[in-house]
Amino acid sequence: MNNRSGSRPKLAVWKFASCDGCQLTLLDCEDELLEVAGRVEIAHFLEASSARVAGPFDLSLVEGSITTAHDADRIRKVRAESKSLVTIGACATAGGIQALRNFTDVDEFLSVVYATPSFLSTLGTSTPISDHVPVDFELRGCPIDKRQLLEVIGAFLAGRKPNVRDHCVCVECKQRGNPCVLVAHGTPCLGPVTHAGCGGLCPAFNRGCYGCFGPMESPNVESLIGALTEVGMPAEDVDRVFHTFNAWSEPFRTAGRREERP
Amino acid sequence: MTHKAKPSRTLTTEELARVEGEGAMRVEIHEGTVGRVELNIYEPPRFFEGFLRGRRYSEPPDITARICGICPVAYQMSACRAIEDALGLEVNGQLRELRRLLYCAEWIESHILHIHFLHLPDFFGLDSAIDLAGINRPAVERALALKKIGNELLELIGGRAIHPINVQVGGFYKVPTRRELLAFRPKLEHARDMAAEVVELVGGLDFPELEVDHEMVALRHPTEYAILDGRIISDGGLDITDQEYPEHFVEEHVEHSTALHSRIRARGTYLVGPLARFRLNFDRLTTVAADAAGAVGLTADCSNPFRSIVVRAVETLDVIEVGLAIVDAYDEPDRPYLEATIGGGTGHGATEAPRGLLYHRYKLSDDGVITDAVITPPTSQNQAAIEDDLTRYVQANIGLDDEELRKGAEVTIRNHDPCISCATHFLDLTVVRT
Ligand code: SF4
Ligand code: SF4
Ligand code: SF4
Repeated sequence: MNNRSGSRPKLAVWKFASCDGCQLTLLDCEDELLEVAGRVEIAHFLEASSARVAGPFDLSLVEGSITTAHDADRIRKVRAESKSLVTIGACATAGGIQALRNFTDVDEFLSVVYATPSFLSTLGTSTPISDHVPVDFELRGCPIDKRQLLEVIGAFLAGRKPNVRDHCVCVECKQRGNPCVLVAHGTPCLGPVTHAGCGGLCPAFNRGCYGCFGPMESPNVESLIGALTEVGMPAEDVDRVFHTFNAWSEPFRTAGRREERP
Repeated sequence: MTHKAKPSRTLTTEELARVEGEGAMRVEIHEGTVGRVELNIYEPPRFFEGFLRGRRYSEPPDITARICGICPVAYQMSACRAIEDALGLEVNGQLRELRRLLYCAEWIESHILHIHFLHLPDFFGLDSAIDLAGINRPAVERALALKKIGNELLELIGGRAIHPINVQVGGFYKVPTRRELLAFRPKLEHARDMAAEVVELVGGLDFPELEVDHEMVALRHPTEYAILDGRIISDGGLDITDQEYPEHFVEEHVEHSTALHSRIRARGTYLVGPLARFRLNFDRLTTVAADAAGAVGLTADCSNPFRSIVVRAVETLDVIEVGLAIVDAYDEPDRPYLEATIGGGTGHGATEAPRGLLYHRYKLSDDGVITDAVITPPTSQNQAAIEDDLTRYVQANIGLDDEELRKGAEVTIRNHDPCISCATHFLDLTVVRT
C-alpha cells in the first residue's frame, strides 16, 4: 500500500456537523485498527490523536454536513489538500438529520433551543459535502457500515474502485434469509428503496427499515408509497419516515413532502 | 520549565483533540493571576430539540440517538423513559433488565474508549492510543478486545453498536433468547478479567494534584449502582425525582459557547459523571468492583478529577459484573414491548450516560405528537465545573510555560470526557497573559 516514495500514505479524518458516529466506526474496527494504523500514517484524526501532520493527504474521510460559513471555507481547504476525498455517512453525503432545518425557517429552531440566538452564526441550511466541493466517493449510512468502510479505505489506498454494491436492502434481506416484514406482517418498510449496507438489519429484528442508508440508485419511491399506504401507514407517517436521516437527498426530499409530489 | 516572568499571557488551544465533538478554550492570565477562563464549544448547533416538535412519540429513540455516536443508548434510554412517563407506561421486570444490560454494554464500550483512546495517552505524554501501542501493545490490544465485547453485546441486544435499531418506547422490537445471552457469558467473564487488569493499570498512574469542591449530582437507586433510573441526589442535599428536575436546574445560554450552561438554581455550578456517581453510590458497587477500587487506593471521597480515569475503570468492572448477574437471571419476556396507550402529557426521564446525568423532557399532545422537547446532556451540566477546574489548575501551575500549561489544561478538560457533539456541541486552548 506504499506510495511511490515508499512512505506510508497519509490518512486524515475530518469532522463537520455530525454525531461522531461515522468516525467512531473506524475505531470500532477492533480487529483491523492496529493493522490499518500500521499501513497508513494517521495525519489528522482529532477524535483519536492530538498529533497533527500537515497535508497534503492521500485520503481524507469527511464526516458531517456543512452548516456554517466557516465550515464551508474549511471543506474547500480540506479538498485542496486531499488527493482523494471520501464522505462517510448520511450527514456528509445527504446533509444528515440536521438538514431538517432546510425545510423550515432556521430562526424558529434557533429560538426553540437558544435564549439569545444572536450569539450564534449558523447557515439556514445543512448541505452535503458534494454541494461544496468535488467528492471522489460517497459512503452511505447513519452510521456507515464498518465492512464497507474498510473496503473503501483499502480500495482508495490501492488506487482501485471500491466494491460497494448499490442495490436495495431487500436484496440483503434475501441473503440473510429474513422473512419479509412488509409482506408477512404488513409492517411498513423502506427496504425496497433504501441503499444496501446494513445487511438487512431491521427486518431481522422484526421491524421495518426506516431508511438510514438513504436512497438506492434510481428507487421507485412512488410505487413504495402505494404499498405503504396499502398496509395502512398514514400519509403523515409516510412523510415523516422519508424525512429523517436522509431528508435532503433526492428523491426522499420530495417523497417526504406530499404537496411537492407530482 | 522555561518560565520567563512575562507579566501577562493568554493561553489558547484552537482545536482540542481526543474529545468527542469540537471546542476550544481560552485562559487569560493577568500578572500571575488567572482571570477569565472560557470553554468555547463551537460545534455547530444541530437543533434536535427544534425538530423533535411535530414528530410522533415513537420517534425520539431513533432520532435522539443521532445526537451522539458514542453514547446513543443513553439518549435512547432517557428518551424512552421520559415518553413512558408522559404515557403512564412502566417498563419493569425482564424488559427493564434487558435495558440495563444494553446500557451496561454501552458503558463498557464508551469507558474503554475514553480510558485508552482519549485519556491514557496523556499520562504517557503521547498523542494517541496508536502511539501507546508502540510502548505497551498488550494494553491497547486488551482495550480493543474489551471494547469489542461491549460492542458485540450492544449488537446482540440492540442490533447495532452505533445507533441501535432495536429500542422502542415500551421495550424492544425483538428480545434475545435465554440461550443467546448464556452463550455470551464466557465473553463477559473474559471481559471481567481484562477489566480488573485495566483497574490495576490506571490505578498505578501518577496523578497531578487537583482537588475540587463542586456539588456532585448523580442518580441513586435503592439497590443498584444507578444507571437506568433512580432519584436525582447530590452531596449538597438535593433529593428529587426526574419530574422535579426543572424546578431545581436551569440552563443558560452564554455567548462563548453553542452549548448551554446548566446550573442548580439555588447554588450554581455542579458536577455530574464518574466522580459524582462514585461518591454518591460507592455503597452500591458490586463487591468485585469495590475491592478493586480499594486495592488501588480509590475511596468514595475522591475529589481529584484526574482520578476519574480510575473511576471509569472500576465502573467498567462493575457493569460487567452486573451484566453477568442479569444474564444469569434472564428469562425471556412474553412480549418484547408494552403497548402504549396514546395520550397527552408531559414526561421526564433522567439516566446516567457514561459521562453523567442525561435529562429529557417531552410534552405530548393528545394524539401523541411532541409539542416541546428539552434535552440536557452531561456536557452542558459540566461546562461551568470544567471552567472552574481549568481556573484552579492553571492557577496552581502558573509557573509552567505556555506549552506545558496548555497540555495540562487539555487533560483537565479530558478528565470530564466532554462529549461536545452531545452538548451540540470540541476544544482549542488560548492563554492570554497580560
Ligand atoms: S451519518 Fe449518522 S452516524 Fe454518521 S455522523 Fe451523521 S448522525 Fe452520526
Ligand atoms: S422486509 Fe423490507 S427490506 Fe426486507 S425484503 Fe421486505 S420490504 Fe425488502
Ligand atoms: S434496515 Fe434500513 S433503517 Fe435498518 S439499519 Fe438497514 S438501512 Fe438502516
